[in-house]
Amino acid sequence: MNYSIAYRTIVTKEIFRFIRIWPQTLLPPAITTALYFLIFGKLIGDRIGIINGVSYMDYIVPGIILMSVISHSYANVVSSFYSTKFQRNIEELLVAPVPNSIILAGYVSGGIIRGLLVGTVVALISLLFADIEVKNPYIALSVMLLTATLFSLAGFINAVLAESFDDISIIPNFVLTPLSYLGGVFYSVKMLPDIWQSISLGNPILYMINAFRYGLIGVTDVDIRLAFMMTVGFIVTLTLVSLFLLYKGIGIKN
Amino acid sequence: MNALSIRNLKKTYNNGFEALKGIDLEVQAGDFFALLGPNGAGKSTTIGIISSLVNESSGSVSIFGHDLKADRSLAKSCLGLVPQEVNFNQFDTVKSIVFNQAGYYGLPRKLALQRTEHCLKQMDLWDKRDTVSRRLSGGMKRRVMIARAMVHAPKLLILDEPTAGVDIEIRRSMWQMMQEVNQQGTTIILTTHYLEEAESLCRNIAIIDQGHIVENTSMTSLLARLHVDHFVLDLADPLAKAPVISGYQIERITDKVLDVAVPKEVGLNYLFSQLSAQNITVVSLKNKSNRLEQLFLNLIDAKLAGNT
Repeated sequence: MNYSIAYRTIVTKEIFRFIRIWPQTLLPPAITTALYFLIFGKLIGDRIGIINGVSYMDYIVPGIILMSVISHSYANVVSSFYSTKFQRNIEELLVAPVPNSIILAGYVSGGIIRGLLVGTVVALISLLFADIEVKNPYIALSVMLLTATLFSLAGFINAVLAESFDDISIIPNFVLTPLSYLGGVFYSVKMLPDIWQSISLGNPILYMINAFRYGLIGVTDVDIRLAFMMTVGFIVTLTLVSLFLLYKGIGIKN
Repeated sequence: MNALSIRNLKKTYNNGFEALKGIDLEVQAGDFFALLGPNGAGKSTTIGIISSLVNESSGSVSIFGHDLKADRSLAKSCLGLVPQEVNFNQFDTVKSIVFNQAGYYGLPRKLALQRTEHCLKQMDLWDKRDTVSRRLSGGMKRRVMIARAMVHAPKLLILDEPTAGVDIEIRRSMWQMMQEVNQQGTTIILTTHYLEEAESLCRNIAIIDQGHIVENTSMTSLLARLHVDHFVLDLADPLAKAPVISGYQIERITDKVLDVAVPKEVGLNYLFSQLSAQNITVVSLKNKSNRLEQLFLNLIDAKLAGNT
């Protein structure tokens, strides 16, 4: 049995899926982020001026790119895998000799690819508004990749445990979006009172956004090594949880 | 060689329902095997466990000698499943549904394309290959599922009520197709509510009820146990009431139609001679009920009587 073919089949199917519905998957982030750059970066940003030594527009670009990566890698896997469950297409995979690790890798790869693709689209749009010279490209790329992986895994777990379409919108709306906005996309945590700074440091998205910001414009509020360790730690944990759920058949088998 | 061996298979669901209470079953390679039972008897659970859609509580399943737990990949490679309900992505084209399934079984692209074409042509769906599957008729959707199940050339094909809800013409053509597949060497396990289907197609049969196998034998030996056949007689002239002939139970359906229960040991000759003697002319005769249906009901009734 050639597992790489099974893996490629899942990934190709996932890519075709989100490309086929590009007005729902690729176009909205382009429009939304253009509005972010226009309103927050240009209109309001001009009045804010310099933040941590860079213009406000340059400061918010990394956060907006990474916020798009987070939401779209998560959304891709959660919606795709839950639909697969809902329509019972998952049985096509469960009947076939596809190991759980390949199922997981296939769906997560689909999420990563969409996350990176949307991130690239948003980055290209940002070029219309900001003039960014990338400081640490390897750090920027690796943070983007690890973040997409982490949130694809989280989306997978959400999809496995979801029992209705409501369940797949609760986490993105009530957890991811607030954490992203409070993760320093539009501000530096150093601008906050001490108590809110301490609370903010409990938000893992803050570390990813700052690590990415460091990769892109060389500015950060947190320790980069800690950000990497935290992200990798979450990835390992969520991978093990996902494999456990698949092994037990929780949420997907009777 | 056994295509399928099931040993002491048990399944208790989380709500405490005991769907399987330790069943044993063997299906020979090349067989066309019927697995029958009333609703909730345990058929779907059994098929679910064989096809890895349901986790067993205990017991073992092996497919062509490959244990489903220890040798999962090889065991699964031998199996194709046509489920009861349509479970493909309704937004995919017919071709991509079958082609992707080939990919899940690790078939290289060129071979997957060849097999996809072969299976779609066999199911008479090649002209519909680029059609989005939700636009297909019910019968076509069923055939897509059969093509999908066969794309990796499985040695064991499980058909879970494959003809449910399709019209008689399509059902007959699907019977023919299933027979051809079986003749080409594929072992088939069929579950169906059309007992006529099982009687026509299958050589061996198991009947499952309340989580137990209550019968496991050849179709011919099972049918041999039936003592009474029912026939419908069309008469040339109307009758005011049913004739009385000793040894037969005769019921008047309409003024020109009779229902006759014929005991095997008595036969039809005496019936016809008595009808002729009463100047009753029979225009045509047909077997009324499906024989297996009668036996099936007898077995289930006997089981229920035993329980009470």
